[in-house]
Amino acid sequence: MAIKVQMPKLSDTMEEGKILKWLKKEGDQVEQGEVIAEVESDKADMELEAFDSGTLLKIVVPEGKGASVGNVIAIIGEEGEKVDDLLKEDGEEKKEVEESKKEEKDEEKEEGKEEKKKEPEKEKKEPEKEQPKREEPERKPAARDDGAIKASPLARKMADEHGIDLKALDGSGPEGRIVKRDIEKAIEEGVPGKAEPAAPAGEPVAETIELTGMRKAIARRMVESKTSVPHFYLTVEIDMTRIMEARKRINDIQEESKVSFTDIMIKIAAQALLKHPRVNSYWAEDSIKRRGDVNIGIAVALDDGLITPVVRNCDKKGIIQISKETKDYAERARNRKLQPEEYEGGSITISNLGMYDIEEFSAIINPPESSILATGAIVEKPVVRDGQLAVGRTMRVTMSCDHRVVDGAVGAEFLRDFKRMLEDPLVTML
Amino acid sequence: MAIITWREALNQAMVEEMEHDEDVFIMGEEIGLYQGAYKVTAGLLQKFGEKRVIDTPIVEASFTGIGIGAAMVGLRPIVEMMTFNFSILAMDQIFNNAAKMRYMSGGQFKMPMVIRGPNGAAHGLAATHSQSFESFYAHVPGLYVIAPSTPADAKGLLKSAIRDDNPVIFLESEVMYGQKGEVPEEEHTIPIGEGDVKREGKDVTVVTWSKMYYVVKQAADELQEEDIDVEIIDPRTIRPLDDEMIIDSVKKTNRIVIVEEGWPFASVSSEIATRVQQKAFDYLDAPVERVNQADVPMPYASNLEKASLPSVARVKKAIKKVLYIEE
Repeated sequence: MAIKVQMPKLSDTMEEGKILKWLKKEGDQVEQGEVIAEVESDKADMELEAFDSGTLLKIVVPEGKGASVGNVIAIIGEEGEKVDDLLKEDGEEKKEVEESKKEEKDEEKEEGKEEKKKEPEKEKKEPEKEQPKREEPERKPAARDDGAIKASPLARKMADEHGIDLKALDGSGPEGRIVKRDIEKAIEEGVPGKAEPAAPAGEPVAETIELTGMRKAIARRMVESKTSVPHFYLTVEIDMTRIMEARKRINDIQEESKVSFTDIMIKIAAQALLKHPRVNSYWAEDSIKRRGDVNIGIAVALDDGLITPVVRNCDKKGIIQISKETKDYAERARNRKLQPEEYEGGSITISNLGMYDIEEFSAIINPPESSILATGAIVEKPVVRDGQLAVGRTMRVTMSCDHRVVDGAVGAEFLRDFKRMLEDPLVTML
Repeated sequence: MAIITWREALNQAMVEEMEHDEDVFIMGEEIGLYQGAYKVTAGLLQKFGEKRVIDTPIVEASFTGIGIGAAMVGLRPIVEMMTFNFSILAMDQIFNNAAKMRYMSGGQFKMPMVIRGPNGAAHGLAATHSQSFESFYAHVPGLYVIAPSTPADAKGLLKSAIRDDNPVIFLESEVMYGQKGEVPEEEHTIPIGEGDVKREGKDVTVVTWSKMYYVVKQAADELQEEDIDVEIIDPRTIRPLDDEMIIDSVKKTNRIVIVEEGWPFASVSSEIATRVQQKAFDYLDAPVERVNQADVPMPYASNLEKASLPSVARVKKAIKKVLYIEE
């Protein structure tokens, strides 16, 4: 049976390949693993091996022509086998097939229409509809005109700073080069800016703040997280009355380290993670990795950014120890003394804005972690306890989850346990 | 301030340093009895005697080598080249001994030596005697190369060069020796490696040195009438180069023209162009422009000689090119 040879994907980014050379001609015998052609990908020239043995029945894409990844470039089968059926059945690959057939004839570059006329052997009824589709892959390489804009380095920088789209400008320099005076004119006269201008074109900028390394890292990581990690959010309200009592007693009976609510939440989140290993996991593109330890990151605000030192093995540490470590981390974070390994490798991060009277907010996941807990302020509220109305102290927690790793029910179960433990600390001992 | 010639400024510098330090001595062709081929050493023999002002035979490699040896044992020789075209004969001594002795001896030997003389084209001296040597010598690690434009810079830098413990190539010009300028009467030295903004301007940076400064100055004066405001940077020292001053200026004007008397290939201007695109890429509004001698041996015919050298017209054209002004 005849087998299609498809354009292989030779690199991660390859979309199209070009046949540099056929090392076999139609009618030649080929062995499995034998090099039959040389292919130029976007990265390098590579050899194409036959996956099957047989006779090279048909070269579909001739030398010098390109084909999209997956398209048929040749047919291998038994001698004398008919290949026409195989060629016809292939709707998608057809495109390239036709192109190559026409090959000999269209020396002229604008052969678009001619090509289409040849196509009808596929479906005579709708040749018109077919046209637009066919044009797209052809135009793509030519449409990459972004790099073709001529502008001086200074003009590019200025356009960037003022959010001016260089494509919208005409250059007054040699060969249409966009230069400083063109940008100045655009600023003065106002020109359509980019989708997200740094500042509206024409409006004076009060101050330009140079980016620090930390600011760049925050920007890069947050954009990466929010655009590539599918977030969803779960919010619970937690009665904090008992844990507040517990905290008070902890601080009454020891003077080693004053325990904060954050310390308590670290400990309880660690206990909850122990019970929910599916939350203590992260997305690794081709798999999900389950963590062997329980590490909790805490977001520490700095003057010009934030950082999230990670308290290691929280499940194995007492609350006093955790408290000491968070104080040390916060201190060193503010003095910029943290080592990289001290703010990496977290299972989950806790971000607390309660001290600012924020009652509820949702946080962006700190990759590669799969979730983050955003904790708000503890507020006095009427609650129903044992059928009685009472003054409760409640806190709202919003958990952001990476849906690739944590499904709704998984996150909800974790959050339910987290809530239970906070509402009744004894549960942590169960 | 006194107004004196380049020749007098150099003479003063040498006299002052010879009075200041008796280890300083000078040797070269025709510098004593004849008072110097260009009279730069006039009066030195009478003042300091034959022991410190030594007439040599026409043997550049030999007397340069003697100077190197003297510097190694602690003296501070000034070696005069009648012109730098003759220094080609001494290049082995200069490249391999003067430039490298401190390095190869692990610092055991110093090399407090100045090799000075006229550089570049004069008039009608043809292919073998009209060459610019700054890029040749600046190419070699271990050498300092100084090429000033004004009498004041010449005096201040020659004094610093004589006092420095490194070998210095000090480039002058036959056609500049009569050039007059203000020179401070009090003690006057200029640090090696420090450039000078010879003229402030906002539209374009022109970097130039030695006698090309006067060509650029003329071009700048003429362009002022067309409302083009030229900033002239004179690095004065070619190596080490004050590229910070050049970069700062380019950041202000966004464009640069480098005017160099010598050939364009592997030149001082190509080095400056490299540094500018490296350190001020995002500030450039036009490609770096250079004006050099034509890439040919110097013609003897006077009209061709003139045509091959950077001129006021060529400099103006280059400035307008980086300003995108069409004529």
